[in-house]
Amino acid sequence: MKPINTTQEYQNYVDKKSPNSPILKNCFNAFWVGGLICSIGQIILNICKSRGMDTQMSGTVVSIILIGISAFLTGLNLFNKIGKFAGAGSLIPITGFANSIVSPAMEYKSEGYVMGVGSKMFTVAGPVLVFGISASIIVGLIFMIFNTQNITFV
Amino acid sequence: MNKIGKQTIKLDMAPSILETASIVGPKEAQGPLAKYFDKCLDDEFWGESTWEKAESKIIKETVNTVINKSGIPSNKIDYCFAGDLLNQCISSSFGLRELGVPFFGIFGACSTYVEGMALASILLSSGAGEYALYAASSHFCSAEKQFRFPLELGNQRPPTSQWTVTGSGAGILAKNGSGPYVTYITPGKVVDMGIKDANNMGAAMAPAALDTLITHFTDTGRNPSYYDAIFTGDLGYVGKEILIELAQTKGYNIKSNYNDCGVLIFDKENQDTHSGGSGCACCGSVFSGYIFNQMKTKKYKKVLLIATGALTNSTTVQQGESIPGIAHAVSIEI
Repeated sequence: MKPINTTQEYQNYVDKKSPNSPILKNCFNAFWVGGLICSIGQIILNICKSRGMDTQMSGTVVSIILIGISAFLTGLNLFNKIGKFAGAGSLIPITGFANSIVSPAMEYKSEGYVMGVGSKMFTVAGPVLVFGISASIIVGLIFMIFNTQNITFV
Repeated sequence: MNKIGKQTIKLDMAPSILETASIVGPKEAQGPLAKYFDKCLDDEFWGESTWEKAESKIIKETVNTVINKSGIPSNKIDYCFAGDLLNQCISSSFGLRELGVPFFGIFGACSTYVEGMALASILLSSGAGEYALYAASSHFCSAEKQFRFPLELGNQRPPTSQWTVTGSGAGILAKNGSGPYVTYITPGKVVDMGIKDANNMGAAMAPAALDTLITHFTDTGRNPSYYDAIFTGDLGYVGKEILIELAQTKGYNIKSNYNDCGVLIFDKENQDTHSGGSGCACCGSVFSGYIFNQMKTKKYKKVLLIATGALTNSTTVQQGESIPGIAHAVSIEI
């Protein structure tokens, strides 16, 4: 091996020496766990609909149940184990969003309900909210412009 | 005491490590070195309400343990050096506030244990006291909270990430004693090779360890085979490999007698600790527990201990700054 002198050489060397995440395995686990969570959601949705709820109401009930389960599993120290196994599979559905709010709330309870739970609850989910809401405003503006001009693509 | 070479201190009146003590958490208790620690905790809280309180208790009780083991009452100890990873070294300040010994709070990230040992040795060697105490602690949960994400967050850790050791290591040095002696100190320089990945601390610290290692050999005229064992603090598997290869390019073969405390403390396969242990307590507990024991039983007679630290800050990492490394070496001989 040649001696390393520059930071760029070192960075290249470190990239080569550092083991990569097992991407294939991670993707596979994310795929089936994510699919399973969505299937559970679909089952709940179908049950709600068969009991006479409309689509919008059924969707709300699905969200509430999945969020509830996710928050509960977070409190039981189980969701982080699922997340470690499934990665984006449990992170991307609404379950991950619930976990990202409940986990800092638990973590910062020691700093009190106001300065701890209240102010730190959105440290992880905050960016999702900020950029999610921003994106919806931009899309809404675009929709409004095209809609008032009576130009539609559909 | 005088300076030799570029940055090494030779201690003529070499202070002696009288006794060491270590307390570790439950995960470390499942590791291969469990039997060497003075106490293994059943849970991370240890009866306290917060992790920060638990860490303070760990360092406090480790200091009490070393005082009891050495038989030197705290009023005979002239100085103490202690540090940890939490902001403003708060665990050490809380942990040692009832001790009543002049206190130097130090920060060298995960190199704190050896930094304390080195400074205490210099102080005793200068004739400024009879006994000095040094300690360092870290806690997985409080470190995750400060540097990374909430514990319950369901995220994945990359294979280069390391597991902060929960625990503490402490030692008492005596001006006059029967060994093991602290004979040489090579304080390290801040070395930054531009690594920005906070999940690859081993790679960030390895160049600092290399710099201190080579400087130590050049200054003292020694070579790797002089030592029975060379230990780094917490380079982990990734950093260890890098250090071996980099040392090779500089003409030093350390492969046969070198290991890393972060590699030793956990069982990589069964404990899911990825690249190994890290934190002040990694080097602290492994030296205080395992290595010191091996020296007392004369298995190792000459040890070079190089504690490594990633001088990082959660704010600057987010700002895209690199992670400077540091490594302090002490030569400990019987």
